Amino acid sequence: MTEQRTTAPEGALETVRVERPVVEFLRMYVRNWAAVAGFIVFSAIVFAALFAPVILAVDPFEMVWMPFTPPGQDGYFLGTDNLGRDMFTAIVYGARATLVVGGSAAALTIVIGLTIGSLAGYYRGWVDEVLMRITEFFQVLPPLLLAMVLVALFEPTLPTVAIAIGVVTWTGVARLARAEFMRIRELEFVKAARSIGSRDRRIIWRVILPNALPPLIVNAALTVGIAILFEAALSFLGLSDPNVMSWGKIIGDNRDYLLDAPWTVTIPGVAIFLTVLAVSLIGDGLNDAFNPRLRER
Amino acid sequence: MDAAAPLLEVEDLEVEFRTRHGTARVLDGVALSLQPGRTLGIVGESGCGKSMTALSIMRLVPVPPGRIGAGAVRLKGEDLLQASEKRMREVRGKDISMIFQEPMTSLNPVYSIGDQIAETVRLHEGLSRRDSLDRAIEMLKAVHIPAAERRVREFPHQMSGGMRQRVMIAMALACRPSVLIADEPTTALDVTVQAQVFDLLKELQEKTGTAIILISHDMGAIAEMADRVMVMYAGRIVEEAATDEILESPRHPYTRGLISCVPHMEDEPPPERAALTEIPGVVPALTDLGAGCSFAPRCAHTTDLCRRAAPQPFAVGENHRTACWLYDEAGAA
Repeated sequence: MTEQRTTAPEGALETVRVERPVVEFLRMYVRNWAAVAGFIVFSAIVFAALFAPVILAVDPFEMVWMPFTPPGQDGYFLGTDNLGRDMFTAIVYGARATLVVGGSAAALTIVIGLTIGSLAGYYRGWVDEVLMRITEFFQVLPPLLLAMVLVALFEPTLPTVAIAIGVVTWTGVARLARAEFMRIRELEFVKAARSIGSRDRRIIWRVILPNALPPLIVNAALTVGIAILFEAALSFLGLSDPNVMSWGKIIGDNRDYLLDAPWTVTIPGVAIFLTVLAVSLIGDGLNDAFNPRLRER
Repeated sequence: MDAAAPLLEVEDLEVEFRTRHGTARVLDGVALSLQPGRTLGIVGESGCGKSMTALSIMRLVPVPPGRIGAGAVRLKGEDLLQASEKRMREVRGKDISMIFQEPMTSLNPVYSIGDQIAETVRLHEGLSRRDSLDRAIEMLKAVHIPAAERRVREFPHQMSGGMRQRVMIAMALACRPSVLIADEPTTALDVTVQAQVFDLLKELQEKTGTAIILISHDMGAIAEMADRVMVMYAGRIVEEAATDEILESPRHPYTRGLISCVPHMEDEPPPERAALTEIPGVVPALTDLGAGCSFAPRCAHTTDLCRRAAPQPFAVGENHRTACWLYDEAGAA
């Protein structure tokens, strides 16, 4: 933050505070301690997922010890599950499936939602009508059921799961993007852009989109959380790749033993909860950082 | 005076808007001609079609609900209403450019002002990034923004309204257009800043020979800047003449009203502290204009004829026309 003094030609003295947008953004984000905590937790999960094979050179599907060993006993930090597989290894490897599916589903959601929403909001008229009716069609279908049908119809692989989740969650992003585009397209700088001869494509992507991004980025963070929950739900129901360890799958495999070996279900449940919480806190922090009304406090 | 071929010529322009309450004819028979290096002022109250005239020339009228029904807009002989959209994109910003009323919102908040000026140049002249930024600095200097080399990297929120309007002018003039349309360029600014912006526009006009269409509701601003004045009411031109002529001998009752609405500070205030003059009533809804003169309901001289038929422009002097029945047959008012 620096103070600059500039003498205008009229002799009027103008004081302008200059702060690089990135710096200001970080300052606002760091002010929200919960968001910082969320970021740390999420980074740890990402780190574990990335380096899982390096930290633990064990196959998560391998039976290593007696089934239902409680956490901490016989040197198994988080115990073992119904087939004697190491829970800690399963949780660490499960983070990979969760993050990959959650992340790519969220990315797909953003791409579909942003495309549909921006075109509808920018062009209005019949384009808007058609795209919004399509959006409403997807909105009225029960999302989990639709995702189950899609996975059941095609092979239960991670890409299929990610696509199925993306297809059922994009409507919110589309409506948000549409609202932002409808608001911003009426602003004078859009008219100004047109008056210097910019074409529609340029106005949509280079003029309006950067101004519409803040709420969309916040929404994207929340979408990651939603996608993770969907992934957990699908793999709990056995509608995911059976050869990939994931948190939902651990819960699903052990759900019959909930009362006898509660840790087999609660530990992956806590992992899901922590991840979604961390992502939501990050979204909250981004919201603070983007919201100009919260500045200068 | 209008001997040379005009740079920009608008003929019989008609623009309609489809609304829920019917079709509104927002422009009806608008004609104008503009010589290089001259300034044409367009005055009138809000909703008289001033901005719509500007947008029609740029062909930026939103279609639908708008529709350019008839007429021609000729730039150096080329009819822009017949041109392709691609050709129009070339014209906008390069041959005709525009500055807007709200300097606070007419710059994009996410790009530096240098990038925004350079954008126009890149779009039309295909210059490299570095060259176009150099041009941006050059333009910022031309509009008297101090420390242009540093300010070129600043963002709109770091500048005052007057500064932003200077940036808008720099942006509009970056490709040396032959016509600049200024749509209420100073309405949102302080009075002192207004004068500076007008001085700047005049200075740049002298340097570059750009013709200016100045849209304003402020007679004072028009008197300051314009060579010729067009007075618009409810989508029509009601009077047109040289600026001095119109200020000295306004003919149309609406023009007289507009001029008498300007408060005079130099006079002794009358003892009874007379209220400011106003024209009674408001601009009528454009969807239900009757057959007669659209100013008739607010006019002090209304006759039966006014309510029956809309007047055509009558010549009331050299290069002075007004659409008012009072001046029928070279009128004696």
